[in-house]
Amino acid sequence: MNSKKTIKTLILAAAVTLGATSVQAAGSGVHIPSREWSFSGIFGTYDRAELQRGFQVFRNVCSACHSMDLLAFRNLGALGYNDDEVKAIAAEYQVQDGPNDDGDMFDRPATPADHWPSPFPNEKAAAAANGGAAPPDLSLMAKARGSGGDSALRISLLQPAGFPLGADYLYALLTGYEETPPADASIPAGKYYNHYFPGHAISMAPPLAEGSVDYSDGTAATVDQMAHDVSVFLNWVSEPELNERKNIGIKVMLFLIVLTIMLYALKRKIWSDIH
Amino acid sequence: MSETADAGHPTGGVAEIDEPTRRDFLLWSTIAVGGVGTAIAVWPFIDQMNPAADTLTLASTEVDLSQIEVGQSITVIWRGKPVFIRHRTEEEIKEAESVELSALPDPQADADRVEKPEWLVMVGVCTHLGCIPLGQKPGDSKGDFGGWFCPCHGSHYDTSGRIRKGPAPANLPVPAYEFTDDTNIRIG
Amino acid sequence: MSGTSNFQSNSKVVNWIEHRLPIFSFLDSQLHQYPTPRNLNYFWNFGSLAGIVLVIMIVSGITLAMHYAANTEIAFTSVERIMRDVNAGWLIRYIHMNGASMFFIVVYIHIFRGLYFGSYKAPREILWMIGIFILLAMMATAFMGYVLPWGQMSFWGATVITNLFSALPLIGEPIVQLLWGGFVVDNPTLNRFFALHYLLPFVIVGLVFLHLWALHMHHSNNPTGIDIKDEKADTIPFHPYYTIKDMYGLGVMMIIFAFMVFFMPNYFGHPDNYIPANPLVTPAHIVPEWYFLPFYAILRAFTSDYWVYQVVSLGGFLMSAKLAGVIAMFASILVLLALPWLDRSRVRSSRYRPVYKVFFWIFLIDCVILGWVGGQPAEGVLVTIGQWATFWYFFHLIILVPLIGIFERPKPLPASIAASVTGSTQPAE
Repeated sequence: MNSKKTIKTLILAAAVTLGATSVQAAGSGVHIPSREWSFSGIFGTYDRAELQRGFQVFRNVCSACHSMDLLAFRNLGALGYNDDEVKAIAAEYQVQDGPNDDGDMFDRPATPADHWPSPFPNEKAAAAANGGAAPPDLSLMAKARGSGGDSALRISLLQPAGFPLGADYLYALLTGYEETPPADASIPAGKYYNHYFPGHAISMAPPLAEGSVDYSDGTAATVDQMAHDVSVFLNWVSEPELNERKNIGIKVMLFLIVLTIMLYALKRKIWSDIH
Repeated sequence: MSETADAGHPTGGVAEIDEPTRRDFLLWSTIAVGGVGTAIAVWPFIDQMNPAADTLTLASTEVDLSQIEVGQSITVIWRGKPVFIRHRTEEEIKEAESVELSALPDPQADADRVEKPEWLVMVGVCTHLGCIPLGQKPGDSKGDFGGWFCPCHGSHYDTSGRIRKGPAPANLPVPAYEFTDDTNIRIG
Repeated sequence: MSGTSNFQSNSKVVNWIEHRLPIFSFLDSQLHQYPTPRNLNYFWNFGSLAGIVLVIMIVSGITLAMHYAANTEIAFTSVERIMRDVNAGWLIRYIHMNGASMFFIVVYIHIFRGLYFGSYKAPREILWMIGIFILLAMMATAFMGYVLPWGQMSFWGATVITNLFSALPLIGEPIVQLLWGGFVVDNPTLNRFFALHYLLPFVIVGLVFLHLWALHMHHSNNPTGIDIKDEKADTIPFHPYYTIKDMYGLGVMMIIFAFMVFFMPNYFGHPDNYIPANPLVTPAHIVPEWYFLPFYAILRAFTSDYWVYQVVSLGGFLMSAKLAGVIAMFASILVLLALPWLDRSRVRSSRYRPVYKVFFWIFLIDCVILGWVGGQPAEGVLVTIGQWATFWYFFHLIILVPLIGIFERPKPLPASIAASVTGSTQPAE
């Protein structure tokens, strides 16, 4: 009788826990397919080749309109670039510094200590240059969409069929444009039809086209490939600690399981003179 | 662990002789494992107080010396402090090298303070109570020894940045730096 | 405090201290010899687990506070700096974030244990009430803590909940402005929330001390609900039996907690909180953190066409629907204070209360339903479900609990705790 109650309570506790996630794909309710990512799962890690290609897509396509304020050039070492390469990448970009002794602001080449410079001086300039809608900063985009960053558990009481990661949503969005929208969709002028964007009318023109980027590792730059790579890159910018976090996590879990087994054995031993 | 004597009803018998030893081993090994785990768990909460990644990035500064003319000084910020970099003239170098060490409150040869004699790199914080000495700009007072003068309490530094007169006890400190090539140095 | 101490020591140092501050005999009587019912099951672990989670939250919170900046211009960025640049910052932040969820999971199980086994009944009424105050303090702390990262949910959650106070007649608007320190949620609000968020956990520590003091007066309840009659037969010393059992339970909890922190750290969070707060853009669905969802559902249930509202407000005369919702939300917790007196049964444990037991499970399911409703948009049939679930919540506590207590015929109780242990075929775990 005791164990029946325990089991019942555990099931309910699990139900409460699984019910804990709040409403995710709110709005259009379009199902976003889950994808295989090298970084998902308990043993997942980022693939450096994907990261470097994704970075190439970002700097060649996205950075024209989107800022990435939280990314510092020195972080790029994690993609596999050495110190000199990082310095060289930084030096390609200009950042504002100053005031100098004359009291003027001036531009200078970036150093690894600098953060990624924004294409626009402020939010209003960004909106003015983009038909009234400022392109959002991408630093946390993979955690701010879908159900957020990578997660080992992807079902809940509210969404028993599973829910998409941020990276799933980003990939879906980038490949979700349709040249001819469905008949019942009314897309205002200046916007574009996207199957996965909530409300379907997105201000961003389709950013990727076959061959938009000339991959330095020779991979064919299909829209599918570029969308995949840049989604991985964006997840890395949102969760740069992922590799380390999962690595430490496995060690911690193993340690705790061993310790808990020992504690249980000790508990049974100590209680043996009562039972 | 014999406090259990007053509790429960020990099942007497043969096993009792072996039991304490086995329980003790399990007990001590569990304590050891638990202790190690606790120590490892505590470390991040202490390590978070160490300098963060963005602070460490500024731990060293690179300076391009190619634009600094002879007789010109610049000030750069390194680890939050001003660093004086002077492209010394011939007279300044000769004067620095010819001083008698016994005349110095803090004896130090000029050669021990520079990598290349024409470049003087030192932390521009007076060793008395921390003001920033004058002498970097043309028109600044250079003190009685042609180097730097601290206006707070009247310390005079020579062309090698050594204390000559006044309350400061030590020479202006020279940070660790190296020439990465002919015209660039990395401080720190 | 009860608990005998025959503490004696041969050490001169120990005796010197003991003579001036009897800490050793105190620890000996309260943690070592302390008589505890021998039949406690694992549901009795959750009190110590809650205490440990409180310590984890304080340690992680203080280390986070070394890096956090409570100013609207830089709060969001300061948290991201912790995540990216501070050594092990991501770990400490995720521990703190998921520790809050862990705290509520543990405390809710602890509370439901109390409901099932009648731990709130005499002579433990004050123990129970202090517990409810701890819950209230936890909810205030968590609410303010969630505002600090200054994301979209931080800002809009703060706006919605503080706006509730405007429902109070006459004093409502001035109170809201007092809370805000302005005309909207802004920097003054953020700053004071940080100050109070740092303070309240230490208030909780004080309440926990009182909670344990009250507990030690009459000792723990036990699964049979029967009093301790014979200390030697019914109880065992807290150490080593329950110290080791608590440590084992801690190990199990840490495994679950570690899995959350390392492999699903954002599972309980909301993605919108990774968007910096924007007072001009309202998120599509404003939802509080999961542990507030049942109360959120009760709050939203009170629409003007809700029959319960019509009844309690006398046809809308006494109060607005908004005010009714606010009152109901607070009442849902405050009514628990009255539980020791609402429950008329002389039997404590649901083990021997077959009718009450059934309604306990229904009540628990009702709370889960309320939580589920709270997380959904307030549309269509969901509104009706939420309203019936809200009705049932109060109906259970205010009507059913007293009636069942009066009319139920309980099962026969065992003669003693010892008898229940030796008589059962399963070892009491």
